[in-house]
Amino acid sequence: MSEAAAVLHQEVQTAESPLTPESWGKLGMWVFLAGDAMSFGGLLAGYGALRASSPDWPNPLQTLGIGLTAFMTFLLICSSVTMVKALSAVKHGDQVRFRIFLLLTVIGGTTFLTLQAHEWGHLTHEGMTMSSNPWGAALFGTTFFILTGFHGCHVFGGVVYLSCVLLSGLRGRYSADNYSPVEIVGLYWHFVDLVWILVFTFVYLVGAGS
Amino acid sequence: MATAHTSHEEPNYMNIFWALTVLTLLEIGAVYLPTTKLVVGFLLVALAVTKAALVALYFMHLKFERPTLGIIALTPMIICVFLIFMLLPDLTAHNKLHTPSAKSAASETAHSP
Repeated sequence: MSEAAAVLHQEVQTAESPLTPESWGKLGMWVFLAGDAMSFGGLLAGYGALRASSPDWPNPLQTLGIGLTAFMTFLLICSSVTMVKALSAVKHGDQVRFRIFLLLTVIGGTTFLTLQAHEWGHLTHEGMTMSSNPWGAALFGTTFFILTGFHGCHVFGGVVYLSCVLLSGLRGRYSADNYSPVEIVGLYWHFVDLVWILVFTFVYLVGAGS
Repeated sequence: MATAHTSHEEPNYMNIFWALTVLTLLEIGAVYLPTTKLVVGFLLVALAVTKAALVALYFMHLKFERPTLGIIALTPMIICVFLIFMLLPDLTAHNKLHTPSAKSAASETAHSP
């Protein structure tokens, strides 16, 4: 390698992202989340358009119920808190608390998925499918399953991602000097929580009044 | 492996947790308010946007990042609002076609010789 190439190589290695000096991965995750937000935004906008143009849209309070999903929302908020607590612990070099809080986050995500599967099973048993339902506009079921299913896939992906980071954490890979991967998985998990806040409001609450 | 260099004052995460919990309870309470669905809808959207902003600002630490990163995060929201406005004319046209007066006018036209 020539001297000039060696200098250039060193510069590339030490160069820092202007937006996220701590890691390129973090910037990559933000860009990915921006794209993913557009996917959810498109689905939510489409949902709003279909709902507004369907006069016989069923009342979500009477058909879906909000008790279970309100608890699921609370569960995701709790898992976001355990996630930030895990990040805070690893930043302070507290490995035990880091692992416990990350494990609690994985448990929170898994419980959410279990409850969603229960909700889907219940609604399917009542006759709600992708193409029909006993209460009104057929698109009610279509939009419900697509929106909550797309979000559920994200939760599943998040649980797998968190579990991988947890396994690496159990092997002692992260420390107070090296916690970027924990911060990056945290960004993804908080995004999943943020999206659910919007899905819960638009699918379950808006238009649910008497 | 990249290491973390930046540091900022850590927010009180439990305060954010309580705020999110209270806002969620307010949302559920708002559903039962004895007012129009439009008012309740606006209230619910305002509460949801506040909750989403709390998560982004404090849990995702957007408040402590460089402003340009905030622009990256806000861009999809701006595009989605734009998308909703783009869909509005289509919705208006659809509703006009499906109002009772429009339907009767259409059937009269169909039956006229």
